[in-house]
Amino acid sequence: MGNVLEVSNLATYFETRAGTVKAVDGVSFAVGRGEVLGLVGESGSGKSVTGCAIMGLVDPPGRIVSGSIKLGGKELVGLDDQGMRAIRGKEISMIFQDPMMTLNPVLRIDTQMIEAIDAHEKTSKKAALARAQQALEKVGIPAAADRLKAYPHQFSGGMRQRVAIAIALLNNPSLIIADEPTTALDVTIQSQILAKMQELCADSGTALIWITHDLTVVAGLAHRVAVMYAGRLVETGFVDDVLDHPLHPYTRGLLRSLPSEGIPGQPLEQIPGMTPSLGRLPPGCAFAPRCRNATEICHRSSPEGTVFPNQRLARCHHPFDSVAQPVGLTER
Amino acid sequence: MSSSPGQSLSTAPTQGPVSARVETPFQRFAAAFLEDRVAVAGLALLAFIILSSLIAPWITPQNPYDLTRVDLLDSRMPPGSQTMEGFTAWLGTDGVGRDLYSGILYGLRISLVVGVVSGLIAATLGMSIGLISAYVGGKLDTFIMRLVDLQLSLPSILVALILVAALGKGVDKIIIALIVVQWAYYARTVRGTALVERNKEYVDAARALGLSKSRIIFRHILPNCLAPVIVVLTVQTAHAISLEATLSFLGVGLPQTEPSLGVLIANGFQYMLSDRYWISFFPGVALLLTIVAINLVGDRIRDVLNPRLEK
Amino acid sequence: MSTESIISMQGISKRFTTPVDLAGRLANLLGANHQPQTVHAVSDVNLAVIPGEVVGLVGESGCGKSTLGRMVAGIYEPTEGKISYQGKDMRLMTQTEARQASLSVQMIFQDPMSSLNPRMRVIDIVSEAPVYHGIIESAERGDYVATILKKVGLDPVFMQRYPHQFSGGQRARIGIARALAVNPKFLVCDESVAALDVSIQAQVLNLFMLLRQELNLTYLFISHDLGVVRHLSDRVVIMYLGCVVETAPAAELFDAPNHPYSQALLENVPTLKLRHKRFSSIKGEIPSPMNPPTGCHFHPRCPKAGPRCSVEQPVLRPISTGRQSACHLNDGGVG
Repeated sequence: MGNVLEVSNLATYFETRAGTVKAVDGVSFAVGRGEVLGLVGESGSGKSVTGCAIMGLVDPPGRIVSGSIKLGGKELVGLDDQGMRAIRGKEISMIFQDPMMTLNPVLRIDTQMIEAIDAHEKTSKKAALARAQQALEKVGIPAAADRLKAYPHQFSGGMRQRVAIAIALLNNPSLIIADEPTTALDVTIQSQILAKMQELCADSGTALIWITHDLTVVAGLAHRVAVMYAGRLVETGFVDDVLDHPLHPYTRGLLRSLPSEGIPGQPLEQIPGMTPSLGRLPPGCAFAPRCRNATEICHRSSPEGTVFPNQRLARCHHPFDSVAQPVGLTER
Repeated sequence: MSSSPGQSLSTAPTQGPVSARVETPFQRFAAAFLEDRVAVAGLALLAFIILSSLIAPWITPQNPYDLTRVDLLDSRMPPGSQTMEGFTAWLGTDGVGRDLYSGILYGLRISLVVGVVSGLIAATLGMSIGLISAYVGGKLDTFIMRLVDLQLSLPSILVALILVAALGKGVDKIIIALIVVQWAYYARTVRGTALVERNKEYVDAARALGLSKSRIIFRHILPNCLAPVIVVLTVQTAHAISLEATLSFLGVGLPQTEPSLGVLIANGFQYMLSDRYWISFFPGVALLLTIVAINLVGDRIRDVLNPRLEK
Repeated sequence: MSTESIISMQGISKRFTTPVDLAGRLANLLGANHQPQTVHAVSDVNLAVIPGEVVGLVGESGCGKSTLGRMVAGIYEPTEGKISYQGKDMRLMTQTEARQASLSVQMIFQDPMSSLNPRMRVIDIVSEAPVYHGIIESAERGDYVATILKKVGLDPVFMQRYPHQFSGGQRARIGIARALAVNPKFLVCDESVAALDVSIQAQVLNLFMLLRQELNLTYLFISHDLGVVRHLSDRVVIMYLGCVVETAPAAELFDAPNHPYSQALLENVPTLKLRHKRFSSIKGEIPSPMNPPTGCHFHPRCPKAGPRCSVEQPVLRPISTGRQSACHLNDGGVG
């Protein structure tokens, strides 16, 4: 079974007046059919830029400097504008944190959805309308036929996000990239959206990249997880493996600093310091200044990825041992 | 600091700001402004114009307001000719014998003074009204905004004409007329910004800290409303200058004895289609360059201060 | 810990009404039926906080938790009800007492971007209020601010900088410093860590806990993040659409929530342990606070609702020591 998406050594740099910002520097991962990959990182980790790079949405002063992005075997880097437009919305769709990035506030929903269909296929208006209505029903919007005639501002936040998801699914893409779509939503609404996404991806076999900072969502939703820090991929693996036995000190620190992992009343474990500015990365490992296990080599040279059993990867000079004593969350 | 077990607050290797030296908001703005070459050119041109007009008495051969120095026999001489007074009129002379080069520089002074002074006073007036309107709200706000709407719906030329006709000629009267025409833009702009700022959390914080209303308005909200005011100020200054020129051109602005660029253009208008074009042409070009320079600078300021573009 | 409350809210309600404007009134004359729009942000809330306690206030959009917090901090006036500080009704205080009381209750805000005045230097941001109220002399500003900045984990060397030169987490600390500068006893934290990265969140939460010990502070911690609330709070209050639906000690609430909304909320929170979760959710949207449902505000979405629920609004009743819940199921059933 070939992978839906294969990213190898992707590097995206931004030329600013303060210097070159290496927003994404050497990121590789793959997503298979029907699989959910959680792309996890904090602000400045490069996760959103990675998503945009796959969609070809990186504008100057940013550009993809090296690496390859293969969608079903077809290379996307270097594809011309027309080629990319044929893919966006058809083979790959994107959902953003703010649904108003997808939805035009002055157009009706049916107009926008028909537009999305028309961009890739010639169908009659009636057929397009029927497909639009079906898509709205699939995402759980009640009275879909009436709601088609509404404007975005007449929907609540959660509903708008559902419409954005419906639009993403209209042309049966093989991959959906979701950039923090539920971060701004209430817990109960987030739960509804997550349930819907699970259902839809399972039914249609669409691959899903879920970009988030929230590890708990990844735990529930994803099959595999990729952790990013300062533009680099620091760890990948299956969700159970990474969350129970993290190999990279950053992953481990992140997991342990979650309030839900703390003991009420006791100070939380914290990762000292701050994320480095991407324009002024330290030589060597980007995480070294904050890492308790850092040694001389960590400050000198940037680690290559070490492969571990069960499709795991960690970019660390001193990864935790995955085979022996589990160093996960149960240890105190 | 307390010594709670195992907990050190400053475990952070660097808990300082992300950028090293003190960077005032102005320095940030200046750096961004200077990135656009066209705007820098506009700024240079504007600086040149202002400087020239300031040092006019030292770089011009003649004071065109000093009627004893002006000789009627010099009138309507083409550019480059020698005058009776003994200097070369590089841009020619006008209908009464004034050297155009001198006239333009002196006229620029008047135009700039009129534009800038009226702009600053209108800005101060309009800002205060806008701030109070935004903060007090309610019926007062509605009333003031309808007044602003009324003012803005009348063409500025018309209002200025009526005022100048009533007040008479003179630099101070023109300035008053221009203030009346302009204050409304500032009021409306500042009110809008103040309403947005009023809802920001730092204003809530100031209230929670027990600071007085007037302190909040003038110490907190006002400095954050200045950005759009500066944009409006530059654009309005250009507008005021051209408005004054128009009024003078129509003959109701400044008197002949203190010619601004508008007066000069008016004087030469009758000769436009004859071969003595220079009498209107050069003052016209000077006016054009001034307004273009101000607008270039104003545009760039607006772009830099645009919150959508700001990261 | 004394049992006399530091802040006590009784019968507190807050409504925001937009009156019908001139155009609307004219339309009404012609037969239209424009009504003034009223947002029922908070409805009849009773809450008392004991000194030294951390009360976690939880709820989703429209529940009124932020509005409630702002009323406690003195930023909004309640439409109805009374707030007492250390037993004294705030409306009956003298001007000096009232000022003292309002300074004692400070707020830490959510957005590190907009909660600091971008045109003021850090030293001014932190020292403005203490100088204004005469707590310190203007000449002592530097030292005073330095002490406070150190307390919140910032290097005082940078007090001449402007907010935009700091990261989100550092700005959060500056906001805390600003509040601490007036020597408060009570801090209302309104989603103070929501906008921060996870790793910075832990730092700031630890700071809150440290300050609580060091300075004997009391907290009202408003958050939508149940993990954070569970970690920090002694007691938890859950709100839905302007009303308190349940209060309980933290451990008890998370072990055995009573109110159906609390149950739904806790069920729907993703946690690290729940892998490949089959997300199930309660149906429906959160209603608008302009049009709250009749009776119990939660009844349209409640899996256990009955006929009584759409008619009669349940009262917050004690169900065991220290626990209260507003549900008919505790009070004779829903039939």
